[in-house]
Amino acid sequence: MKNIGNKDTRSGFGAGLFELGSKNPAVVALCADLTGSLKMEQFAAQYPYRFFQCGIAEANMMGVAAGLAITGYIPFVGTFAEFATGRVYDQLRQSVCYSHANVKIAASHAGITLGEDGATHQTMEDIALTRALPHMAVVNPCDYNQTRLATLAAAAWEGPLYLRFGRPSVPNFTPADATFTIGKAWIVHPGEDVTLLATGHLVWEALEAVRILGQQGISVELINIHTITPLDKKAILDSARKTGAVVTAEEHLITGGLGEKTASLLARHSPVPMRMVAMEEGFGQSGKPAELMDHYGLNAAGIVEKVLELKK
Amino acid sequence: MEQKNPPLSDLTSQIRRDIIRMVTAAKSGHPGGSLSSTDFLTLLFAEFLQQSPAQWRRDGKNTDMFFLSIGHITPLYYSLLARMGYFPIEELSTFRKLGSRLQGHPSIEEGLPGVHVASGSLGQGLSVACGAALGKRLAQDPHKVYVLIGDGESEEGQIWEAALFAAHNKLGNLTAITDWNRQQIDGPVNDVAGLGDLVAKWESFGWTVRECDGHNPEAIREAYKASLQPRDKPMMILMHTHMGQGVDFMAGTHAWHGKAPSAEEELRALEQLPETLGDF
Repeated sequence: MKNIGNKDTRSGFGAGLFELGSKNPAVVALCADLTGSLKMEQFAAQYPYRFFQCGIAEANMMGVAAGLAITGYIPFVGTFAEFATGRVYDQLRQSVCYSHANVKIAASHAGITLGEDGATHQTMEDIALTRALPHMAVVNPCDYNQTRLATLAAAAWEGPLYLRFGRPSVPNFTPADATFTIGKAWIVHPGEDVTLLATGHLVWEALEAVRILGQQGISVELINIHTITPLDKKAILDSARKTGAVVTAEEHLITGGLGEKTASLLARHSPVPMRMVAMEEGFGQSGKPAELMDHYGLNAAGIVEKVLELKK
Repeated sequence: MEQKNPPLSDLTSQIRRDIIRMVTAAKSGHPGGSLSSTDFLTLLFAEFLQQSPAQWRRDGKNTDMFFLSIGHITPLYYSLLARMGYFPIEELSTFRKLGSRLQGHPSIEEGLPGVHVASGSLGQGLSVACGAALGKRLAQDPHKVYVLIGDGESEEGQIWEAALFAAHNKLGNLTAITDWNRQQIDGPVNDVAGLGDLVAKWESFGWTVRECDGHNPEAIREAYKASLQPRDKPMMILMHTHMGQGVDFMAGTHAWHGKAPSAEEELRALEQLPETLGDF
């Protein structure tokens, strides 16, 4: 797997949304004063009648999106992940999920890699929040190409969907023409000794960890869990039963994240020893994205350490 | 659009009976606001809303749409929908019971005809109606979107976000109605969190505003007729009403916002409300 050049995942969303503009006339877009940050400018310029600037009023924006969805449109609602979840949780719950409204929540600047703006804007809880909502699909792509593909797939998905992506420029390595199916995990690297489940920005770090561990004679099966809900249970259980050990890696708090969801699955069906790479507790802080990831152990070294705890 | 309905006063008397009987049977629910909204909402459905049970689709295509933002007045909403033919009248006896389509607050999970969106957590319906109005404009569908909000509900910030949005987007196909009954759970609205000059507030937000006696059919008709005039602003009709209207001991007090009558109170209420179309 090779990095074909660093890019931000949010630009993958912007590219996917722009493509949808010509492919699907039912697609409309809404934004709460963050059009540039969300990379929605191209769609807004090309399809002004299908783009709705909502101003700094996220609760209203979610309700407007629900109304558009009820009348048959496919709204993509763009804002920062914190404002797309915590700020509007009740709107997501009642007007979107409980109302079966086909709204796509485009959540940028997710996680600690939002960086310098600090903890007010760094949500490390959004997967937990959206996971808890009945009917909500939760998708967390890993790079530019996968975010573009996930955006296209989101439009075809029936029902509410939370699409989580980020701010920084990161390696872009998934093939541009890869098959992307919501709810179907991608086995990035087959292996025998330990299962490594990675999502979002941690997938590239996981690839590096696979290489390092391979040099130490540990064969890692790396699976990209880009869809947290619906979880590809079969892929996870098949791999866990084969390797007998599971490590998860995500840019999120341990609380309610991919690790806990995996633990719940394994506990019920096939308990095996487990470790989680995730932020342990508390809020984040200001800093450069890469510095923050290193500070909280959300990197290849952190993954290697957890694998070695299981496979010494 | 006149439909073949019973006389309005027969409808409203029967619907008020239904409200009392549903809430008493369920031993819970919200009679006060249901009774204050009965006259103007029944008239909207019976004489103005271009939507029939046979035409009803959840996406509202080629019909008017009505959104209930004050989701707690389900006794009125369900009785009205049933009496207009959206679902069997007998189903009103299942209100708030396990397995019923008539949930405490409106839900679309059970596929109840007439309901476009879930509501109950306050403040959200006006935004949803704005989205539907935008959707109709995009689809070049000339039908109207109506939404009912409460005066107590107008303490929610999201109402005013939506107020700005509707005016900014010139939603001339949107008509909002406020049931201005001046009561909320904890007491008179002016004592709980006063709204000040509601007329001036909506006008200053860029809306066309009309006040109306919400219990006077002629006045209500005039207001709805006025709302049909072409305009490029959203319209707010502020309906002056009395909580509990139609039942003397419930009228004008917040005490009956969300309380079920006893069997004896039910009898006293029903004595004041003639059975015109047959009880469920």
